[in-house]
Amino acid sequence: MNKIKFFLCFLCIAVNASAQQKPVAFKGALIYPINGAPIQNGILVVQNGVILSVGNDEKAIPANAEVILVNNKVIMPGLVDTHSHLGGPEGGDYSNPINPEARAMDAIDPTSDGFKKALAGGITTINVMPGSGHLMSGQTVYLKMRDAKIIEDLLFTNEKGVYGGLKMANGTNSMRSGSGFPGTRAKSASLVRELFLKAQAYKKKIEKAGKDSSKMPERDLAMEPLVEVLTGKRVVHFHTHKSNDILTVLRLSKEFGFKPVLHHLSEGWKVADEIAKAGLQASIIVIDAPGGKMEAINLTLETGAKLEKSGVPVAFHTDDGITDSRLFLRAAALSVRAGMSREKALEGLTIVGAKMLDLSSKVGSLEKGKDADFIILSGDPFSIYTKVEQTWVEGSKKYDISNPADRAFLTGGYGVFSSDRGEFHHHGDEEEDTKSGN
Amino acid sequence: MKKSFLFLLVSIVSPIYLLAQIAIKAEIVYPVSAAPIKDGVVLVENGKIKAVGKATEISIPSNYKIYESKTVTPGLIDARTLIGMSGVLNIPVDQDQLEKSSPIQPELRAIDAYNPEEALVKVAREYGITTIHTGHGIGALVSGQTMVTKTKKGNTDEVVIKPFSMLAMTIGHSVSEKFSSPGTKAKQISMIRAELMKAQVYMKKMLDKDSTKHPTFDLKMDALSKLLKGEVKALITANKAVDIMNSIRLSKEFGFKLVLDGAAEAYRLIDEIKKANAEVILHATMARNEDDMLNMTRESASILTKAGISVSIESGYEGYVPKTRIVLFEAGLAAAYGLTFDEALKTITINPARLLGVDSRIGSLEVGKDADITLFDGDPFEYTTNVTTVLIDGVVVYDKIK
Repeated sequence: MNKIKFFLCFLCIAVNASAQQKPVAFKGALIYPINGAPIQNGILVVQNGVILSVGNDEKAIPANAEVILVNNKVIMPGLVDTHSHLGGPEGGDYSNPINPEARAMDAIDPTSDGFKKALAGGITTINVMPGSGHLMSGQTVYLKMRDAKIIEDLLFTNEKGVYGGLKMANGTNSMRSGSGFPGTRAKSASLVRELFLKAQAYKKKIEKAGKDSSKMPERDLAMEPLVEVLTGKRVVHFHTHKSNDILTVLRLSKEFGFKPVLHHLSEGWKVADEIAKAGLQASIIVIDAPGGKMEAINLTLETGAKLEKSGVPVAFHTDDGITDSRLFLRAAALSVRAGMSREKALEGLTIVGAKMLDLSSKVGSLEKGKDADFIILSGDPFSIYTKVEQTWVEGSKKYDISNPADRAFLTGGYGVFSSDRGEFHHHGDEEEDTKSGN
Repeated sequence: MKKSFLFLLVSIVSPIYLLAQIAIKAEIVYPVSAAPIKDGVVLVENGKIKAVGKATEISIPSNYKIYESKTVTPGLIDARTLIGMSGVLNIPVDQDQLEKSSPIQPELRAIDAYNPEEALVKVAREYGITTIHTGHGIGALVSGQTMVTKTKKGNTDEVVIKPFSMLAMTIGHSVSEKFSSPGTKAKQISMIRAELMKAQVYMKKMLDKDSTKHPTFDLKMDALSKLLKGEVKALITANKAVDIMNSIRLSKEFGFKLVLDGAAEAYRLIDEIKKANAEVILHATMARNEDDMLNMTRESASILTKAGISVSIESGYEGYVPKTRIVLFEAGLAAAYGLTFDEALKTITINPARLLGVDSRIGSLEVGKDADITLFDGDPFEYTTNVTTVLIDGVVVYDKIK
């Protein structure tokens, strides 16, 4: 019996090892490494889940490598989606506007077929956000699109040692009639300021205690992530649309010394210079048409271009189910339509987002030593006719358009998606608007 | 004296000012009704198309203002939308598409609610959409009437082409969500049948030669009579196969003209749809595939077109962000998922023009048709291409350069 177990175990290791050891070279594509100029007839070599080399020198292909010809294709890094709701992250409930202790990871279904949409869209790293509808919806979670049975299979720990940020919001999103919820913008800001003052005091107690555990304050689930925010370990991802609300975030950032990533930014174009001056980064949503809620009536495709011009680092996000993960490249393409540079638009799909999540040492560009996360495209990344043909995560192929079962997730069809995906049911009272059709 | 002078001034100046004579030169002109023309020219005079052809064959009169672009298409048509009825703000005061006081209200006219100044009408116009089929919404068995209108500014009576185009109906999950009754599919169908039977009786009485035997004029019955007489079509939003079949069964029983709207699962019922002579408007596939649209596929337009069904594409309805889809983008996606370029262009030009019964005026670039024209700086469907100029009835209503 034990012998059999041992044998099986040995088999596992052997299979794993052989699958991992042989280098694979992708030869002939136009490669956008992102950290440098595009490479014609490029060669990407990967092994053991990481990138061995990127260039166009045939000598870089190891003798034992499997060579895959990808002539006329385009290769770029796996895309980084800085704001999504795939998997059903939920977050805080409506008993309270401030829920720093609620973790998205405790709610997400790691086997959700929503994640298949991400792979079909070329997305390999995702910041799944809880909420929305709170001043603080809870802790976000950074996921890598590996095979998963349990959420731990997907967790992606960053350079700061955490695998998530903290979701905040202001404006009408978090104003509602519920216990303790703010009814005005000023009240929203004051509630958050009080909270951070409390967190500062808690942090001080910890610092004062030093190594003396008897002097440590009692553990406080709500305060702990906030202390991480104040020390710069955990990033605040801040939903904010209107220009006045954006300026409120800038004010909070200055007062408490944290550097949030600004999300959505329908009116970011109005205060692009102010955002640049504050040294903050922008994660924007790109939507076909304005409206649908008051915060978004001045939304424009030009947001990316205007922010770029002011020098603000711009990443894109899907906010899936608001926009579709399968069309993530389109967000950047429409921004190019409205004046953004191709270069910055490509960076916005990859390295800029990776930096926002403190994951740029591992993903976001094709560089030696980074994770072998990349996508193979049929053509120009910004063409509507281009398809993501393959999505690779840590050296293994997770999506292949030539496989009918994978392709079905791209097109949709009868019985392809289950009806219990989580991404459509996160928008609190806004969901009521969706449903009412009114 | 003063009055007549003013009149003289207006009558001399306004036609020249409003209906300037325009020549459009483009690397490719897509007339839709004919093969694409390389290095083409379109001449516009007095609001109508005067000539379409090769630059070498058409001489441009010297007093014509010239617009140049890479590509030119007919003004685009959105086969079904709620813009102008369902406003950008998405708050009760700007939502006029669905009256929830009763599930069957065919008497509600779109022209009484449509707002030509609505922000989203401008958005559509600037994407080259020059005509829309808009009106009452989804979510009621009969929510009201629809209309066909140009997207130009002006009061509704001036811009509308067809004040009463179809009766907007819905069969499916969304109806039972919005009304306490009908609460089930079977009840939905029975309620529609009962109302149409009443209309049959009303109509028969109205045909009596003895006018004293006519029933009292009834707005609701009158609107339903128009459907039964074939003067207007039924626009039935039905996405699931079972709801599409219910629509076909109703159309057969009462002999009305059926347009299937949304039609997410139409690809499962190709033979039935063809047999019923039903027309099809497919919902924007960038919409969220939830509820009745769960089984939607991006390849619907391609599957149906290949099966010989004429497909029109609609922006449809959005209850949240974005408040509307854009048919230009949606047709592009259909082109990326199986339709040829020409077929995709037809889904937002001549196909909806025919379906709406306005193809004698719009839907292609042909001599004598309305000068509704859209100019682009590249392949119209490419993400990175911009609309540069839009004309409605020969007037430039959008010019990007300005």
